Amino acid sequence: MNDTQETPVPILEMRGITKRFPGVLANDHVDLELYPGEVLALLGENGAGKSTLMNILVGLYRPDEGEIYVRGRRVEIHSPRDAAALGIGMVHQNFMLVPTMTVAENIILGLRDLPFVPDLAQVSQRIREISERYNLHVDPDAYIWQLSVGEQQRVEILKLIYRGAEILILDEPTAVLTPQEARELNKVIHMMTAEGKSAIFITHKMEEVMEFSDWVRVLRQGKLVAVKRTAETSPQELARLMVGREVLFRLERKPREPGDVVLELQDVHADDDKGLPALRGVSFTIREGEILGIAGVAGNGQRELAEVITGLRKVKAGHIFINGEEVTNKPPREIITHGVSHIPADRIGMGAVGNLPVADNLAMKGYRHEPLSSKLGILNPRRIIDFARRLIQTYRIATPTPQTRIKFLSGGNIQKAILAREINACKGLLVAVYPSRGLDVGATEAVRKRLLEQRDAGKAVLLISEDLEELLSVADRIAVLFEGQVMGIVKSDEADIELLGLMMAGIKDPAMLRM
Amino acid sequence: MRIVFEKRQSISRKAQVLVPVVSLLLSLVLGAILLALSKANPWETYVAMAKGAFGSWRNFSETLVKAIPLMLTGLGISIAFRMQFWNIGAEGQLVWGGVAAAGVALFWADRIPAGLLLPASLLAGIIAGGLWAGIPATLKAWIGVDETLTTLMLNYVAILYAEHLYYGPWRDPHGYGFPGTAQLPPAAWLPRLGNTRAHLGLLFAIIAAALLWFIFKRTRWGFELTIIGENKTAARYLGIDIGRNIVLALLLSGALSGLAGACEVTGVSHRLQQGLAIGYGYTAIIVAWMAQLDPIAILFVSILMAALMVGGDQVQMMMGLPAAVGLVLQGLILFPLLAGSLFTEYKLKIIRGREKATTGGQV
Amino acid sequence: MIDLITSLLAITMRAGASLVYATVGEIYTERSGILNLGLEGMMLMGAVSSFAVAYYTGSLVLAVLMAMLVGGLLALTHAFLTVTMRANQVVSGLSITLFGSGLASFLGQRLGPAENSHYLVGLVGPKFTPIAVPGLSQLPLVGPIFNQDPLTYILYLLVPAAWFYLYKTRAGLELRAVGENPRTADAMGVDVVKVRYLYTTIGGMLTGLGGAHLSLAYTPGWSENITGGRGWIVIALVIFAMWNPARAVLGALLFGGINAVQFRLQAAGTNIPAAYLNMLPYLTTIVVLVAMTWWEALSKRIGAPAALGKPYMREEK
Repeated sequence: MNDTQETPVPILEMRGITKRFPGVLANDHVDLELYPGEVLALLGENGAGKSTLMNILVGLYRPDEGEIYVRGRRVEIHSPRDAAALGIGMVHQNFMLVPTMTVAENIILGLRDLPFVPDLAQVSQRIREISERYNLHVDPDAYIWQLSVGEQQRVEILKLIYRGAEILILDEPTAVLTPQEARELNKVIHMMTAEGKSAIFITHKMEEVMEFSDWVRVLRQGKLVAVKRTAETSPQELARLMVGREVLFRLERKPREPGDVVLELQDVHADDDKGLPALRGVSFTIREGEILGIAGVAGNGQRELAEVITGLRKVKAGHIFINGEEVTNKPPREIITHGVSHIPADRIGMGAVGNLPVADNLAMKGYRHEPLSSKLGILNPRRIIDFARRLIQTYRIATPTPQTRIKFLSGGNIQKAILAREINACKGLLVAVYPSRGLDVGATEAVRKRLLEQRDAGKAVLLISEDLEELLSVADRIAVLFEGQVMGIVKSDEADIELLGLMMAGIKDPAMLRM
Repeated sequence: MRIVFEKRQSISRKAQVLVPVVSLLLSLVLGAILLALSKANPWETYVAMAKGAFGSWRNFSETLVKAIPLMLTGLGISIAFRMQFWNIGAEGQLVWGGVAAAGVALFWADRIPAGLLLPASLLAGIIAGGLWAGIPATLKAWIGVDETLTTLMLNYVAILYAEHLYYGPWRDPHGYGFPGTAQLPPAAWLPRLGNTRAHLGLLFAIIAAALLWFIFKRTRWGFELTIIGENKTAARYLGIDIGRNIVLALLLSGALSGLAGACEVTGVSHRLQQGLAIGYGYTAIIVAWMAQLDPIAILFVSILMAALMVGGDQVQMMMGLPAAVGLVLQGLILFPLLAGSLFTEYKLKIIRGREKATTGGQV
Repeated sequence: MIDLITSLLAITMRAGASLVYATVGEIYTERSGILNLGLEGMMLMGAVSSFAVAYYTGSLVLAVLMAMLVGGLLALTHAFLTVTMRANQVVSGLSITLFGSGLASFLGQRLGPAENSHYLVGLVGPKFTPIAVPGLSQLPLVGPIFNQDPLTYILYLLVPAAWFYLYKTRAGLELRAVGENPRTADAMGVDVVKVRYLYTTIGGMLTGLGGAHLSLAYTPGWSENITGGRGWIVIALVIFAMWNPARAVLGALLFGGINAVQFRLQAAGTNIPAAYLNMLPYLTTIVVLVAMTWWEALSKRIGAPAALGKPYMREEK
């Protein structure tokens, strides 16, 4: 892993950075080196700790352990102001722009070396010069809310250049861009590195690593797992490094003949939160007693896929059927009554209500019916507690009492509780989104076993995962999602990891052509 | 060295008990200092206040007269606040309740059998208060208009309209120019407890508190409201209709404030007049917050706050001290309580040690 | 007719001055993202403390400084509770009003001289009197503008300065950014906590000054509830002015003007529309709020502080 022998002094060095959030180890002794004129890609799954590491670098978070060196000198970065003084600037994933202000006002916000009454005409003039030089066209006097997302990103980059940043951090900059805009961005970055500036490029897409960077560091679950020269690696290797976990246990998947079709999607289209197309014609079916795995790098439409099926997101075109009945754009309540259960990706934000007791969280699906409540709408607290105790025991949820607020449990136990509730309420289809993300080995194994149990009991399961090992061991078939389209569907017994890697990088399955 | 707040891993029971106790003591000490500075004997003042509020059945009944509207509006507000709907419009909802009750009692007395006049008046107050709260609720549920400001603005519309009525078209022609309506027919009077001014509204408040406790602890609807208040994303995911429930809950919230106004008119003043909107709706927000939205606790906190007001009045009569002592003490309890509520979820952490390395700012 | 309008303007301006002070103050507070519902309490405290100081020292300057100090201290309490202790802004603001109005009432009955049984009510103290600008004050229509008390004349400078500061200076830029998007402001190196403390306190000082105008100029002397709910009207005025100090003047004049017109109408025997006229500003405010929510672009054009009422913590998303 040591690769410093022939390179010059790094402009930036982070050593042993550790950051803990309540219940989570976001960064675990992470090292990082950046050299002048180079682009370093920081690759990892969602939640691998990339953004936390960069927020430490720009002074938004304070590390619990570790040291930072800039141009060889030890520094303490307490605030974004300190970072800016060191020439470090970041383009955040959610842009740091004030929509009600002009481009020029945003660019000078927080700058101290301007007169108290800044000459905005002069500022605008300088912005125009920089725009010209780097091909970053934007009207300095326009209001941010009038600009497209791509233009707003240009403003972010202009802001860094205006402030004389030497080290640019770009947090998933292409997520909001069209392919053409992404190419433009690549050019701008190379223009800047040619001038001796350096960039850190956060991404979870392998092809971008190949396109943009000189070096790549791979993070997994808060730890640095690999340092590679981009020229000496391949997307397939990176994919494996990023998602591949050691196979810690073998699960037995009994052969089973699938039954009737439970879920059918026909050419489904949907937009993401920003109104950009996220699903572009997705079709597949899942049958009773079958697990369909959805593979792919996060951000390729997985979240939206789960949300359209569960009624949380509008379908723009296409149809969804459950047990042969059309449920397209039906409200979530109705889809729940069709027997659909959903283990959401965002456990704390969506799947659980932190301030309520474990027992209440477990009852959040069953409370509508007997035996937990009567026909008149009266809850039966004793039965709720009994019900909770039973689930706590069956699913081995570690909680002091059923009355403990669920936010005080560990991530793994919260997930077990959600799993318990959803499986218990499931009558036909279980949608599981990243169900084992961030869990330890024991909890991961428990989750996977439960999913297989559901399959064996005749339910249809949609399993969305970034973890290929998980998909290969649990799913019957695997569909690969890339930019909102299904690249191919393969039987997991016949799938090979190289082929899946290719499809995850956007290459259509040659087998699909055969089928 | 720096001091930071760190989130606790569990709710601190110790802080939950300690903070209110310390706040109460602190407010008494601060109040004593203020009294001493203004050359009054703090101990005597406090004793007089306590006697004034609780010293006799008669005094206590006056405390109850002031506590009843606080209880009813406080309960109403607690429903809205549980859903994170910042209804500060209880004052206006209360006024509408009074207006509607007075209107029915005054102008429909000949159309409604005497035995039903009181229930009809109260019902009118309940409906009017509920509908008035329904306006900002609907604006919030449909369009997403910020409710803090709309509820506040609607208070003034309600108050001005009520003033218009009893200064104008509803003014008692035989009232010698006094701003108020004629007296309501006795059939519309709310029965009083013994020969005091405390009235049946107390029973309504107790029933309402029990009912709310039951709704939130024992019913599906209450459970859904709690989930919406705690986490709207989760509520949507669980298939709960958020907009509809906000409107329904606010109808109930306003209805209780409306009932408070109707009780004031039919139970205390027996007419619609100046002095209906004297800030119960705002004090009740503080009551609901102090009681941490617990319906039973709201009853007791209301009595405490009312006791400070009545105690103040008594001090004025007996010792010649300003009645506002009660209001000052109310305020003084709140500051430490507000500051202290942080400690139930956070703890102070002091980080020692000088940082030797260069800070970025100095480079 | 011209005489009527001239006299209406005169009444309007005198009634509006205290509103303008408090409105500009609250605009600055809300621009930093803090909602302070304690205005009524701060105005009352400003009024009582300034009157007492003027009465005993005879110095109007000291009196005005006292009002600013008292208003500032109450607002500082609000800032401490809401920014540092993360208390609910609505509850904290209401507590300031409860405490401030209680204490003002208490002091009004304790600070007076023994011969007036410690009451301040009914005492006559020094007051600001209108100073007529020779010539200009005799002009038709606009004459009253040049026949005002010194505190009102100060507004002629304060309002444009407040506007300029907010929209044209670096500090104003930082203030607007903090109220709109504290996370962004923080990332750009603006000290969010400092900005919120500073402008909440300044807002309180101006509000206290507004209270002083009541007891030293508009209705000289102290009387129980001298503000007559002005602290609440200001909350509406801030929205009405759409968080712009320049427009605060228009709103305050409108409110003052409605009062003036109402007295005239009552004198003329047409009593009916008074209440409806008085409702108008509140109803307009609701319409503004609905329109701002309906057309998001309008809200952005206005620059309503999007983070109003929301606490900000750096490491908690």
